[in-house]
Amino acid sequence: MSATGQPGAGLPGAVWQRVRGGSSLLPIVAALAAVWIVLGAVNPAFLAPENLVNLTLQSAPVGVIALGVVLVLLVGQIDLSVGSLSGLAAAVVAVGSVTLGWPVALAILAALACGVVVGLGYGLLSTRLGLPSFVFTLAGLLFLAGVQLRVLGPLGSINLPFESWFVRSVQQGFLPTGVAWALVAVVVVTSAVVQVTARARRRRADLPAASVGQVLVRTGGLAAVLSVIVAYLGAARGIGYSVVLFAGLVVVADVLLRRTRWGRSVRAVGGDRRAATLAGVPVRSTVVLCFVACSTLAALGGVLAAGRLGAANQGTGGADTYLVAIAAAVIGGTSLFGGRGSAWSAVLGVLVIQSIANGLTLMNVDQAARYMVTGAVLLLAIIIDMLVRKRREV
Amino acid sequence: MSEPQVPLLSVRGVSKRFGGVRALVDVDVDVREHEVLAVVGDNGAGKSTLAGVLAGAHRPDAGEVLLEGRSVVLDSPAAARALGIAAVFQELALVDDLDVVENLFLGHETLRGPLLDEVAMEREAWRLLDQLAASVPSVRDPVRTLSGGQRQVVAVARALLGSPRVVVLDEPTASLGVRQTAQVLNLIVRLRERGHAVVLVSHQAGDLQAVADRIVVLRLGRVHDVFDGDASYEDLLAAMTGAVRPGARRETRPDIRGVRR
Repeated sequence: MSATGQPGAGLPGAVWQRVRGGSSLLPIVAALAAVWIVLGAVNPAFLAPENLVNLTLQSAPVGVIALGVVLVLLVGQIDLSVGSLSGLAAAVVAVGSVTLGWPVALAILAALACGVVVGLGYGLLSTRLGLPSFVFTLAGLLFLAGVQLRVLGPLGSINLPFESWFVRSVQQGFLPTGVAWALVAVVVVTSAVVQVTARARRRRADLPAASVGQVLVRTGGLAAVLSVIVAYLGAARGIGYSVVLFAGLVVVADVLLRRTRWGRSVRAVGGDRRAATLAGVPVRSTVVLCFVACSTLAALGGVLAAGRLGAANQGTGGADTYLVAIAAAVIGGTSLFGGRGSAWSAVLGVLVIQSIANGLTLMNVDQAARYMVTGAVLLLAIIIDMLVRKRREV
Repeated sequence: MSEPQVPLLSVRGVSKRFGGVRALVDVDVDVREHEVLAVVGDNGAGKSTLAGVLAGAHRPDAGEVLLEGRSVVLDSPAAARALGIAAVFQELALVDDLDVVENLFLGHETLRGPLLDEVAMEREAWRLLDQLAASVPSVRDPVRTLSGGQRQVVAVARALLGSPRVVVLDEPTASLGVRQTAQVLNLIVRLRERGHAVVLVSHQAGDLQAVADRIVVLRLGRVHDVFDGDASYEDLLAAMTGAVRPGARRETRPDIRGVRR
């Protein structure tokens, strides 16, 4: 018998190995649980359903941006301009739909197109001229912030009409309870079917397969987690459409990264670019696509932020937006050194950062302390990333 | 000994410069089916450049590469692969973070619809590794957890995907211990038994005597000598370094380009 995934007794050992190797999300889930327990103990209002609904709504726009950051980090690059770009996208939506009177959908498409164009430009700068992304996205950060101010014009702030379907669905759109439960059922059943068919194929191919117990535990765990989320948030307003969109994007990105040729190329290019080239991986197109995906997601994050605020102004996407998005990706376990990470790290990292921000606000702690705590958490995440990397090099 | 009419792969009059350095000068080499051709030489003798030319990593400045007597252009490793010439370079070009299966199929994964067919790839990986009698603990371990010899086996197995006719190995034993070297040499013998032509580049002359059918000695970019596989260590060393050993037995005269008569 081969040593692959010894079932039963080997399971805790295998999990521990993945934790040590940095390929498990367990540490960050534990960290998130710890943050929630501490904040909830200090101020029970933090764990109230209504506040957690707020937390999810706060997390969705920056989470979408962080998901894009995960993609560029995976391929071994970085994008510092995601904040400015999201601000520009918000400005385009507002100016397009209000000042120019376009249909909202068209304005949103225009904003996303900005993201695609910027991403293509970055991709070409990186792959054709070989410029370091740290430098040209820093230039992009300034340039796009300038474009954002110019697009907004002298007013500097444009309100979106509250009655537009876009603002209403981002601000007040929540999944009806029945739909939420149906979605849970669909996800759980799909997961179970995928696991059972994979198990059957592997057994037929005489390969080590998950035991029935493992499949049951995983499916049951998934059902329990989703049910708790839907029931708990449902006690307040429920699950916002923007949150559903964010979760959907994460699931799609996760499948693309783990189950497609493109995803494998991303990890290979980020892990060892030269080896990937020699193996015949289309390195350039992989890198370009990651930049495009990142910029487009950043633009989408800006669109969601504009919808949530009901306005676009000079501050949208400014200040610490890009730092929060990048910090979220890294805190969630995506390596700054490329090749290692998961789409889910965007979710977990954003939840950690926003939980801290939200919890400290509830405790009437000022902005200064929030910055310092978030900075300390980011430092901790980078130290862990570095230690994991060092151990792997031994 | 029967002489095949047309060698499987040959280079004729190949020269290659890197700036002012003449890495290869007018080199002629033949590779035959069912043969392990060793290429030895001191550092800087042009061995790796020759391997690069055969594998499509370097384009020669002059001369041509013939596959079964027909001139071919090998302008990329992918082009060489498409013609049935696979190479394992000195740097193994494995991605440490990916597991064995992921590395084996990197760049040409098996698909099932739009998604990766992990089951088919994993089964094929075991089949290949079993053929090579390789002892890899798990094909789902990241290759960074493997030993030097195991990594070498994975790199060779990857070269064998798609059954190439010629396998070029550049310094496969350079970083290995005694036991691992023996493993790799066994692997090479197995490749020959399976009908592959093997080009084995090394500067460890001693190792090669065990497996080589013929040994080409490069010196300062030229073919200095061609020996039978049973050439003595002293002869090889003398040819590699240029030291004169009185009464040395030579298969060919050095000036007739190593073509056996």
